Amino acid sequence: MRGVFIINGQRKEIEFAPHKRLLDVLRENGYTEVKEGCREGECGACVVLLDGKPVNSCQVLAASVMEKEIITVRGLGTIHKPHPIEEAFVEAGAVQCGFCTPGMIISTYALLKENPDPEDDDIKRALDGNLCRCTGYVKITKAVKLASKKVKKDGK
Amino acid sequence: MGDISKPVRRFDAPEKIMGTARYVDDYFEEEMLFVRIVRSTRPRARIKSIKLPKLPSGYCVVDKNDVPGENRIKMIFDDWPFFAEDVVNFYGEPILAIAGPDREKVYELSNAVKIEYEDIPPIYTIEESEENKRPPIFGENNLFADYFYEKGDPDGAFRDADQIVEEEFRTGFQEHIYLEPQGMIAKYEDGRITVFGSMQCPYYVKNALIKAFGFPEDRIRVVQTTTGGGFGGKEEYPSQIAGIAAFCAYKTGKTVKLVYDRAEDVEFTTKRHPSRIRIKGAIKDKRVVGIEVDIALNAGAYAGLSSVVLQRAMFAATGAYRIDNVRVLGKAFATNIVPLGAFRGFGAPQAIFAIETFMNHVAKKMGEDPVRFKLAHRYKKGDTTATGGLLRSEVRLPEITEKIIEMSEYYEKKKQKEKDGKLYGIGFSMFLHGCGFTGNGEEVLKSIARLKKRKDDKVEILISNVEMGQGPQTTLRKVVAQVLGIPMEDVIYENPDTDKVPDSGPTVASRTAMIVGGLLYRVAKELKEKWKEGEEVVVEKQYRHPEYIKWDQSTFKGDAYPEYSWGANVIEVEVDPLTYEIEVKKAYAVFDLGTPLDKKIIEGQIHGGMLQGIGYATLEVMEFENGRFKQRTITDYIIPTAMDAPLFETDLVVEPYKNGPFGAKCAGELTLVGAAPAVCAAVEDALGINLYEIPIRPEKLLVLMNKEDN
Repeated sequence: MRGVFIINGQRKEIEFAPHKRLLDVLRENGYTEVKEGCREGECGACVVLLDGKPVNSCQVLAASVMEKEIITVRGLGTIHKPHPIEEAFVEAGAVQCGFCTPGMIISTYALLKENPDPEDDDIKRALDGNLCRCTGYVKITKAVKLASKKVKKDGK
Repeated sequence: MGDISKPVRRFDAPEKIMGTARYVDDYFEEEMLFVRIVRSTRPRARIKSIKLPKLPSGYCVVDKNDVPGENRIKMIFDDWPFFAEDVVNFYGEPILAIAGPDREKVYELSNAVKIEYEDIPPIYTIEESEENKRPPIFGENNLFADYFYEKGDPDGAFRDADQIVEEEFRTGFQEHIYLEPQGMIAKYEDGRITVFGSMQCPYYVKNALIKAFGFPEDRIRVVQTTTGGGFGGKEEYPSQIAGIAAFCAYKTGKTVKLVYDRAEDVEFTTKRHPSRIRIKGAIKDKRVVGIEVDIALNAGAYAGLSSVVLQRAMFAATGAYRIDNVRVLGKAFATNIVPLGAFRGFGAPQAIFAIETFMNHVAKKMGEDPVRFKLAHRYKKGDTTATGGLLRSEVRLPEITEKIIEMSEYYEKKKQKEKDGKLYGIGFSMFLHGCGFTGNGEEVLKSIARLKKRKDDKVEILISNVEMGQGPQTTLRKVVAQVLGIPMEDVIYENPDTDKVPDSGPTVASRTAMIVGGLLYRVAKELKEKWKEGEEVVVEKQYRHPEYIKWDQSTFKGDAYPEYSWGANVIEVEVDPLTYEIEVKKAYAVFDLGTPLDKKIIEGQIHGGMLQGIGYATLEVMEFENGRFKQRTITDYIIPTAMDAPLFETDLVVEPYKNGPFGAKCAGELTLVGAAPAVCAAVEDALGINLYEIPIRPEKLLVLMNKEDN
């Protein structure tokens, strides 16, 4: 089947099998920044924004989200002009192996939209669905706090 | 701490935050084939027959008959086949693989393969393997390794003891759960096999393929792709995947991708060895004067690296303590379980859990405070280790202990018994970690590191060690740039490609910073002398241990490691008085890991390593039942989330190692080994009982506490 998805602000017409998950449709069409860590909705590596809400794209049937707005980490910033959240992750030292990072950044984006000034506990709750095996979550929590400051300053 | 420790922006971070870093599964090619492994559904059996479904055109089967060279994965004993031959030895052992253009079709076909088996009585536990009543899996007695060493006069110490304390400890499986599952892409072009993938040790993979193909080494090329965590899980296991992918590429002439899904990765890749450790201590004048430690590892179906894991466990058997009369026994038992393998700490976490918990118990028995009791036994500079090696550097455990006690307010909190309706406990651990390869490992390896100064005056680091999140792309750049006095941006360090880099050894054993970094430091010094603007200059050096390091691999006598890192942990827990659920609230650490090559990266190692150790002690349960793991996904096998992570407070004490770059020692594994015993001590403190096993599970605590009440 064919369908239109609005990915990172661009309308994309994509051919895909009706049973495909959003994760696969994205990855097979070049959006490899969306990572497959488990396919069970447990690890959060494949989190994207769907009409502004964070979802595990491995748990979403692609056919059910045609014409909806999807944002991946590449839709937030570019390598020359990173989003303040992305910048905060680098500055805080929150990036190690990097596999959880795109999902973490998207979850952070969603959190800061809801709650621009989160406390540690809010951050931990918001990131509970994003597993990381490298950082012990310490510098990730710091990055979110730093991002909160930066986002407020930039008004993004 | 000088300039080198000052944090810089990580070089690998920009690509990772943008999601443009390419991990193995991010490579797609037209006409690429996908592979699915068909695995044994029996823990131990003879294969009677294999019935294949009808394969559509473009699909093919690859099995043991498609291995051009030897069907054995090159490791220490080379007993592990790529594809099972007549017999399968664990549930999930690869029997054949199906390759084809459509991933879903490949899965469908692989599920349609019918295999008939004739079961052989399986062996699962250390005890069943030890009894040797069923047909042995390996040799005549199921032993992959059977070792022994002694120091002083243990028999005399036991004869003259005031008291003898005997205890038995158990540790469980642990699964790595690196966030990126394992995978490889293989090609066969112009008579050469090329493999790209997620790995820690490009030359292990290359050497495995040389043996599997029987090709000369210039016909095999291995390239590391951005690797999403390893923790030891990508030390030896990637050779298995690389081989199967490469056999498929060789047979079809197409590019082949074999990436595990999470369920496959959880159930069928290597894990940490479960152990049974018996400790017998001879006590005289309230001090442990003699000790016998008997370590048994459940090693799984094939030898893999188990013999070396056992050695590291044995050399860590007396922990950070000087005990003059020592006997250490070790056995690695074959069982019908997936081969157990490398995992951050490599045998040390099991041994350190046992000795630390033993020392706590003895202290309590003697009516002494465990911290003071441990300090009274600690190693000092000039002491000899359990294997008789000399401790040449200052051992700063008193300072480390003082810092952590103060930082955690240990003694004030020790008085506390309850907090917010929960049972409160605090625990302490003290430990060491041997830096670099165990025993004669580095001498066998003879690693080579190379620097190439290009005509444009930029310098390439040419080594086979990989970035997998632990930071060498940043720290090693810093080392080289600082020695040469050039900007870090002028130092280039790409993911290793065996066509370009010499064999500087595997990315394991916390050796990259200290051993390879130390070698690069010396290469850079020489390059600085030979520097000629606008010209190409290449300098390389081979690693040799310092002359004074003496080791006898046949008797396990001497310096098992060239240097040691040290540490102490304090953990605070709250235990629910009804459900016995454990919450780890705060974790403190003070480490001496030499000069940190980047404080921020080291903090990342500390937090991540400690949380992995805390998970090992509490949440991470993997049970083996009826020939299979019960936990087969990350829904069942739980690792700590942000909600489970405690607050951390950490500090460093720096005793530099003269042969490490700028004084760096080992770091990555040290951060994990002390967490489990500190958690255990904290739970013991909260409940007022002794524990002997990790993971510590609420349901077991419930049984123990009920017993206690009756």
